[in-house]
Amino acid sequence: MSASTETASPAPTTGPRLGERIRAALRTRTALGLMALAVLALIVLLAIAQDVSAGRILSLTIWGIMLGGVIGLGGIGLTLVYGVLKFPNFSHGAMVTLGAYIALTVIWVLPKSAPIGPFSFGWELIAALLIAMPLVGLVAIGLDRVMYRRLRKQRASLVLFAMASLAMAFFLRAMVYLIWGSDFHFYYEGRPNPALDLPLGMRVQADQLFILGLAIVLVTAVYLLLERTRMGKAMRATANNPELAQVRGINTERIIALTWAMSGALAAAGGVMYGLASQLRPEMGFWLLLPMFAAVIMGSIGNPRGALAGAVIIGVAQQVSTAFLNPAYGPAVAFLLMVITLLVRPQGLFGSAGG
Amino acid sequence: MDQAEIVKGAFLAVPLLLLGLKIIPGRWQTRLPAALVAGVVLGQLIAGILPPGTLSYVVSFSTMASIYAVLALGLNCQWGYTGHLNFGIAGFFAVGAFTTALFTTAQPTGMMANYTQQAFGLEMPFLIGILAAAVVAGVVAFLIAIPVLRLRMDFLAIATIGIAEIIRLIFQNERWLANGPQPLRGIPQPLHCLVDDPACGPAFIQTWLEPLQARHYTFVYLVIVTLILALVYILLETATRSPWGRMLRAVRDEEASAGMNGKNVPGARIQSFVVGGAIMGLAGGLYAHYTVTIDYTHFRPLFATFIVWVMLMLGGSGNNKGAMLGAFIIWGVWSGTSFLTGALDPALAAIHPDLPARSAYLRWLLVAILLGGIVLFRPQGLIPEESVVSRYLERRRASG
Repeated sequence: MSASTETASPAPTTGPRLGERIRAALRTRTALGLMALAVLALIVLLAIAQDVSAGRILSLTIWGIMLGGVIGLGGIGLTLVYGVLKFPNFSHGAMVTLGAYIALTVIWVLPKSAPIGPFSFGWELIAALLIAMPLVGLVAIGLDRVMYRRLRKQRASLVLFAMASLAMAFFLRAMVYLIWGSDFHFYYEGRPNPALDLPLGMRVQADQLFILGLAIVLVTAVYLLLERTRMGKAMRATANNPELAQVRGINTERIIALTWAMSGALAAAGGVMYGLASQLRPEMGFWLLLPMFAAVIMGSIGNPRGALAGAVIIGVAQQVSTAFLNPAYGPAVAFLLMVITLLVRPQGLFGSAGG
Repeated sequence: MDQAEIVKGAFLAVPLLLLGLKIIPGRWQTRLPAALVAGVVLGQLIAGILPPGTLSYVVSFSTMASIYAVLALGLNCQWGYTGHLNFGIAGFFAVGAFTTALFTTAQPTGMMANYTQQAFGLEMPFLIGILAAAVVAGVVAFLIAIPVLRLRMDFLAIATIGIAEIIRLIFQNERWLANGPQPLRGIPQPLHCLVDDPACGPAFIQTWLEPLQARHYTFVYLVIVTLILALVYILLETATRSPWGRMLRAVRDEEASAGMNGKNVPGARIQSFVVGGAIMGLAGGLYAHYTVTIDYTHFRPLFATFIVWVMLMLGGSGNNKGAMLGAFIIWGVWSGTSFLTGALDPALAAIHPDLPARSAYLRWLLVAILLGGIVLFRPQGLIPEESVVSRYLERRRASG
């Protein structure tokens, strides 16, 4: 993760030509960070140019951070699988949807309790979250057993993995359509969800703060798991070099199953939070797919903290841009940031040079 | 047989002739007359035996399958030859369809302008419209190729899925461009006057076509689509067997050694991506003129991206014949299962009362499982790629 060796050659007399030095300087982490900030600043300036009040921009920013939390929860699972198994999992969006709908069923079944404090939901949503997370984790492990493990045994190429995940995406989406239908749903139909008035004219719903808090808690948990436990070490070793990890006595298949379980569980959490923030639709996960990939690439593939950082940048950019842009174009804003990352520094904000 | 059936049979003879030329072995001197006779006889037989309803269904099925075959050929140029993972076929398809629509329709005036808004309407002929569709889709492919193709393949997959989504969002939300969320209607059909206007073309053709009515137009369009499909196929086959095609395969399989042999690797990748994108745009143009009315919902990932991938993977990536075969089989499965789900409705209703209304999604499920199965058990497809594609080597092998 060290990035100290990535700038241009230090010898000025025999060093590379000016053009190459500028190009090397453009490819640093600082440059990419500055460009992301520049895009954010541009979006804010455009909003101000449209006479949007400062309070509204601040509220949009807070909502953007909340959306970043949702994208981040999905993005962490995506980046874990991407890092360990080395392929972009296009079915991740469908797992987000599945998690949200499983939670919906649990909420329908459980008795409704009174809302907790300032939030719009009762304890049954917490229960639904705790049930949906392991269930989607199990689904992810199941898909791995049926599909990806066989491909691994055949030593199939990366593109076949990607295609298999596209097939699984449509499989899961068809299941969601078959079981829950194509109508949209709310977790709590018609329950008021008043915004809290914060200083500086900001208006934020308590639920949004909850989503952000949950995202931070889960990301911290994943971070601690990866960095502080033996299991996390084994996971990082598998990501780095699966053969070597196996030779050193790590049961890589178990590690991979665990990665899928975590990925699915975090996707489910993201889905429940997204459903709480807006509504449930069978395509909701597909809409999140592009922002999630953008966050993963921006924050370096395989890096959970990076995914969260990228997700927050993308979430804020998406939300603030709604001040002057049709909200439907949110994915386009995410896409723009992703293309900038790919052009400037394909290894992302937190990747090492030459990746 | 009445005259209508003879005329229909004559129209069917053209695609059958093309098919015969492909299937019948032997030299040109024997193949051409054999295919001609087989096409005419089979065309008359099919038109004579099948009831009119079934015949119309077969013709419209073949038209749609041929359009998908053009899409699959475009994808084969990208994925089969060069290994580009393009998950955004729908985007190029949509660009092609809307381009030809804008080029061939007229700018609405008067009352109509209240209902239909479009950026421009040039009233160009059909051929210029679909050529423009190919060119614009190729330009879009080029713009995507520049930033993304220098990088790893998986980034291309992510970027194309995003581009397709953004293109669909643009056509959905920008009313001024192509009527936004409302459908764009009245895309002209080429040679439609043959079936509804007695003043079209020379008199003897008109008297001959007399028995056809406007609803028989699909027979005319099937001929147009299959001719274009054959043209695209011949172009791509020639390209595969040319040094260019072998260079693309070299870039796909051994990038480093292709580069060491002085091939411009990024250039080759961009070329094949642009050619494939242009062919997909052409398919979009054909689709727009076929359906007459298009809107953004036609370009969802399932119908325009996913199913094309299943077609190519089933038929055989890297093989143009396989791409076309896969298109016909999968479109047959897709159309056939719509009858199947109808038959399953009582059983579904027994499980849950809501299920029959959702039975359409069973087909999604089926196609998704099919693709999963192909990836697992037969990734090379029904007709695998030929390892030798040089006609000189074939000649040497045949002679000794």
